[in-house]
Amino acid sequence: MAELTWRDALNHALSEEMERDANVFLMGEEVARYNGAYKVSQGLLDKFGSARVVDAPISELGFAGLGVGAAMVGLRPVIEMMTWNFAILAMDQIVNNAAKLRHMSGGQLRCPIVFRGPNGAGGRLSSQHSQSLEANYAHFPGLKILAPSTPADAKGLLKAAIRDDNPVIFLEAELLYGVKGEVPAGEHLLPIGKADLKRQGKDCTIVTWSRMYYFAEQAAQQLEQEGIHVDLLDLRTLKPLDEEAILTSVKKTHRLVVVEEGWSFCGLGAQIADLVQLKAFDDLDAPVERVTGLDVNRSYAANLEKATEVSTERIVAAVKQAMYREEGS
Amino acid sequence: MATEVQLPALSPTMKEGKIVKWLKKEGDSVSSGEAIAEVETDKSNLEIESFEDGVLLKILVPEGETGLVGAPIAIVGAKGEKVSAPAAPKPAAPPPAPAAAAAPAPKAAPPPPPPPPRAAAPKPAPREESRPAQVVQLRPAVEVAAGSDDGRLRASPLAKRMAREEGLDLAGVHGSGPSGRIVKRDVEAVMGQGGQAAAAAPAPKQAPPAYVPQFGRREPEVLGISGMRKIIAQRMAEVKPGVPHFYVTVDVDMEEAVKVREQAKAAEVKISINDLIVKAAAVALRKQPKVNVSFQGDRILQYSTADVGIAVAIEDGLITPVIRDADQKSLGTVAAEARDLAERARRRALKPEEYSGGSITVSNLGMFGVDSFIAVINPPQASIIAVGAVADKVVARNGKPEVRKMMSVTFSGDHRVVDGALGAQYLQELKALLEQPTRLLF
Repeated sequence: MAELTWRDALNHALSEEMERDANVFLMGEEVARYNGAYKVSQGLLDKFGSARVVDAPISELGFAGLGVGAAMVGLRPVIEMMTWNFAILAMDQIVNNAAKLRHMSGGQLRCPIVFRGPNGAGGRLSSQHSQSLEANYAHFPGLKILAPSTPADAKGLLKAAIRDDNPVIFLEAELLYGVKGEVPAGEHLLPIGKADLKRQGKDCTIVTWSRMYYFAEQAAQQLEQEGIHVDLLDLRTLKPLDEEAILTSVKKTHRLVVVEEGWSFCGLGAQIADLVQLKAFDDLDAPVERVTGLDVNRSYAANLEKATEVSTERIVAAVKQAMYREEGS
Repeated sequence: MATEVQLPALSPTMKEGKIVKWLKKEGDSVSSGEAIAEVETDKSNLEIESFEDGVLLKILVPEGETGLVGAPIAIVGAKGEKVSAPAAPKPAAPPPAPAAAAAPAPKAAPPPPPPPPRAAAPKPAPREESRPAQVVQLRPAVEVAAGSDDGRLRASPLAKRMAREEGLDLAGVHGSGPSGRIVKRDVEAVMGQGGQAAAAAPAPKQAPPAYVPQFGRREPEVLGISGMRKIIAQRMAEVKPGVPHFYVTVDVDMEEAVKVREQAKAAEVKISINDLIVKAAAVALRKQPKVNVSFQGDRILQYSTADVGIAVAIEDGLITPVIRDADQKSLGTVAAEARDLAERARRRALKPEEYSGGSITVSNLGMFGVDSFIAVINPPQASIIAVGAVADKVVARNGKPEVRKMMSVTFSGDHRVVDGALGAQYLQELKALLEQPTRLLF
């Protein structure tokens, strides 16, 4: 196994899938000649040519629609959004076309398309460019949502997403692209819809995904030193949600903390808390705690941005709260 | 908006009612359907319920005072809402305009409601099957979900499930969570002590004791509590807070019992006087099952097994290992078990299930030459017997003074659930068994 950065793991996944299937192509702003705004598509233009690595104009709705049309006629587009903040412009194509074509055509049409790009904060990008938008997409039936945390998971799930016959929202993170990890070479496929228990403990469950996994892991290490052992469940897929993994863990630990980068109101953590109160009510020894970004817009100012972000300290405090440890309250 | 709670007519003849007890304090939150006060009427004591969600802002009729039917006794409203007491309540007066409803909320946040008071006496748990039979709805139109846990007893869903599975009443369990919420570790702490619901100590900070089910003891039958019993319990607990003890003493002629011990010795079976007492205490319990109970606030647990605890003095304290089904075991078995338990108690090698869940305890200070003494009940048990030394005493027998081996036994009963006559009947039984120990054979 080689140690790769996130961006290289994605690059390998794209390259391997494009080699494997001539119907796979990449389109987005700056993906070809500039080798990608975040260098995910480094070298792909040279390797696959301009018919399969396509620079799109700054027109998210337009090229998202091109992608949907291509998927309808049998291609397997990967549409790169420079960030998911820009993809808000493409919302209509994603939720009104990609997510609904199979349903509205009575199953005659498929839409095997991947929309991918960085989600969440990038570090002092201010309020318009720092948003975590997974909850918005998760709301709509017809979309699968992936948000892996490690380079290996990113590779395995991007390959699986490209092979899936349904539209997939693939969430990366600007602050993850440089993160390194062991990545299996070649055919490394992960099942969509399966969470990964990245750390095992009996005292409390932490459910998280994407970049927040690293904060949760740090918190888990701190808690370990205080004798608190957590189950750390990395969802990897947000929809379809791996309910079984969540419930199994909560039934073991009787406590749940959900950590998400985005805002609290109508966030995925609320959905997970709902699942648990409904299906594991009698197993709960404490209210479900949530650690989220504060319910305000992100600031450009570094100190203000930091004050509104999820922190390791807040995760530690939430776990202690769930365990009725005084320090947590 | 603040709303008055008016004293309802709880019986056709009721004109006024005495507030026996406010179940809520000013500042406590109340929810619709929740009992807020106990009222003594011309007939009986009844709970009255709030039909509003909100905070008990003001108590207008304090405990011990009497209110007129239809007059306001309290005001319920939103947290922080300002109220001023209305003019002296008049019976059947039209409800005055909500007091100062428009007054601005005070700037400073009101103090958070204090945690629910933890009176020594277990509080009734608002569970459907155990609700007092007579609960009067103030306004029938208000829909109250049957059996809803309406917040008077706060416990996590897991704690409730554990209690349900173990037959534990949460009413007397100390809640260490926020606002006194009973959580897993509190239930575990109590189960670790064998269901001693009187656990008043806060849960330990370290890892909670391992969860131990009550071993070898059949589920008790849950008995309802009669109106009279309830009032007795309440009055007794007022006079003697905690577990109100009463005491009954008898002298027992131990001539025959001593002979049994000697006969056993001759047969190379080691039996002590205390073993005989343990067995007799269990058989007597079988004859007087009403002593084999536990008072749980709003209900009584009736046990079906005669499990006798033996108080064993150990360094720095004492512990009460339990001999299960002592009524059904031979004296030899009781003796052997008692020796083993006492020996391991001194080594502190008892398992929690071996010193929990007894029906009654035998405390014997005879070996110290003590003539008689009184013992303190070990909750949730309802009784204990204190046994003195077997000693030669001059007693009147058939009209003549005679020297006999005598022993004094003092029964302490929990007066909330056991009365003097019952205690006396139990001692009568015990005395007869010890004076004619062959009765222990059948």
